[in-house]
Amino acid sequence: MARRSILGLFSDPDTTANAMDALRGAGYKDWELDILSGAPYPEGTFGEHMPSHHLFKFPLIGAACGLAVAILLTAGTQLAYPVVTGGKPILAIPAMAIICYEGTMLGAILFTVFGIIFESRLPRPRVGIYDKRITEGYIGIVVTSDETRVVQAEKTLKMAGAIEIKSGA
Amino acid sequence: MQQRVSLEDRQINRDLLRGVLEHPLWWFALVGFVGLVLLAGVISTGYMITKGIGVTGLNRPVMWGFFITNFVFWVGISHAGVMISAILRLTQAEWRRPVTRAAEVLTVFALMTAALHPVIHTGRPWRLLYWAFPYDFSRGIFVNVRSPLIWDPSAIFTYLTGSSLFVFVALLPDLAVLRDRTTGIVHHVYSVLCLGWRGTPKQWKLQTVAGILLSALILPVFVSVHSIVSWDFAVATSVEAWHSTIFAPYFVIGAVHSGVSAVVTMMALMRWLWKWDKYIRPEHFDALGRLLIVVSTTWFFFFFLEVLFGIYGQESPEIALREMQIFQWPWSMLFIIFLLTAYFIPVPLWLFPKVRRSITLMFWTSILVNIGMWLERFLIIVPGLARKQPLTFSWGTYHPSIIEILIVAASFALVAFLLLIFSKVFPLIPLFEQKEGQLFAKELRVGRKKVPAVIREE
Repeated sequence: MARRSILGLFSDPDTTANAMDALRGAGYKDWELDILSGAPYPEGTFGEHMPSHHLFKFPLIGAACGLAVAILLTAGTQLAYPVVTGGKPILAIPAMAIICYEGTMLGAILFTVFGIIFESRLPRPRVGIYDKRITEGYIGIVVTSDETRVVQAEKTLKMAGAIEIKSGA
Repeated sequence: MQQRVSLEDRQINRDLLRGVLEHPLWWFALVGFVGLVLLAGVISTGYMITKGIGVTGLNRPVMWGFFITNFVFWVGISHAGVMISAILRLTQAEWRRPVTRAAEVLTVFALMTAALHPVIHTGRPWRLLYWAFPYDFSRGIFVNVRSPLIWDPSAIFTYLTGSSLFVFVALLPDLAVLRDRTTGIVHHVYSVLCLGWRGTPKQWKLQTVAGILLSALILPVFVSVHSIVSWDFAVATSVEAWHSTIFAPYFVIGAVHSGVSAVVTMMALMRWLWKWDKYIRPEHFDALGRLLIVVSTTWFFFFFLEVLFGIYGQESPEIALREMQIFQWPWSMLFIIFLLTAYFIPVPLWLFPKVRRSITLMFWTSILVNIGMWLERFLIIVPGLARKQPLTFSWGTYHPSIIEILIVAASFALVAFLLLIFSKVFPLIPLFEQKEGQLFAKELRVGRKKVPAVIREE
């Protein structure tokens, strides 16, 4: 059966939280519901389900990759054409350590940013069902479900105090 | 005491997007003025590249002059931004909210400007690719990683990439606000830039975690960058007066001193130009003033130690350098100006709460600090080189040429120019941080008194 989304727009967090309770009471699962807001409300404000993330693994993987590339650059390039300069050894540990440190941190930062974007499921070519008023302080509840259940959800959202219901594909 | 005012999201959007969505005359006038100064710098650089490095005042033994002084200065300024932003985020300091974006953006532009200076200083910028880029090209020889002049680009590249990404990640929610407030082609540009941000709880959660995680990753880079810049000097065997083991922390804390002062300057300008009195309040200047007292006194302690170790060791190059810095004209005059402006005028003034809460006084004292800190770098570099040879007949001096003065002036214009352009495209105060601050602010009644309180989420 075709799935469809609707967006219920609410003016304050309390009404939104009550609407979420009503939807759950009507049998809607966490994965069918999503909240859209223009500000970072404290976790669980609307009784929403918070999916887990693996962001903390990204900097570790990035740091390892960055260190590997930095070792390859510092040791590899010097061994490829060993010219003694300033009486220092070809593989001068203090000098290598500095560049390896920077490489490690760069890898960690790049992977963290990649992780943030990946875990946030961005970029999204299409925003999907949305309302501009969300960035003006309104809060949206998105229900994505089968056609019949969406009709039921619309009624529940209206009864819970939604100021407007928008329908999407 | 906090002077918070209650604001609705709509009003926050309207106020803070004023810089992007409105087109005041003063903005065009300022861009025109700094653009002219920048143009003078570009022409001067072009002239120098065409005629050769001889048009500057650089000569044996003073091979580093205004360009390298300005390089160290701008690297220093770049330290404030991310340091302030990162530390305040990690400690969840409530007063960070209007400060973070401006500080981060200042970091990026100051660092970009700093990175230009060694390129200009080479006289033949195109050759820098052979010296600094890790590729053997057609010569079969890679760059020399044992040289401090290779450590610098690696540190600056890491810091610049990290801080730029830090700014971008924190901009995502605000770009979505701009997407929702614009039409036509501008709307499409912001739609692409915000990557389709919707504001789901997971996106907000990751935004918060990202702020903390990136702060924790950038802070060690921040310490390494100015440490490495200081090692350009400290590991140079030919200049005896630069051999100091405390150069790395001395440079880092000096960078924080000048950088935090630059943030104060910028905050005052933002308050005056965009009339953001409700967002940038005297309490923020008060907090920055307190921070500056601690930072500047720590910096002064390192400066004192550096001079003390130099004199106490009784090494002739050190003694020659200190004598030149403190007693010989015109260095003696510069030394007095440096001490007065970097420490002895601003710090006693900051001890008074009335001064810390006066935007005008904080603005001028922060300018004084940066005059002093620029002179500090100049007094380390030029007299050090002028006395680097043990034999007196090899001693020389340095007179900056008009070309160098114009290029230095243009570097200030470049940072101002980039900041003005940024302010026209992106909000300088993070909107979502302000909205979050409003959510977490409450007024508590204690007895008969109403006290402003902030709720902190664990």
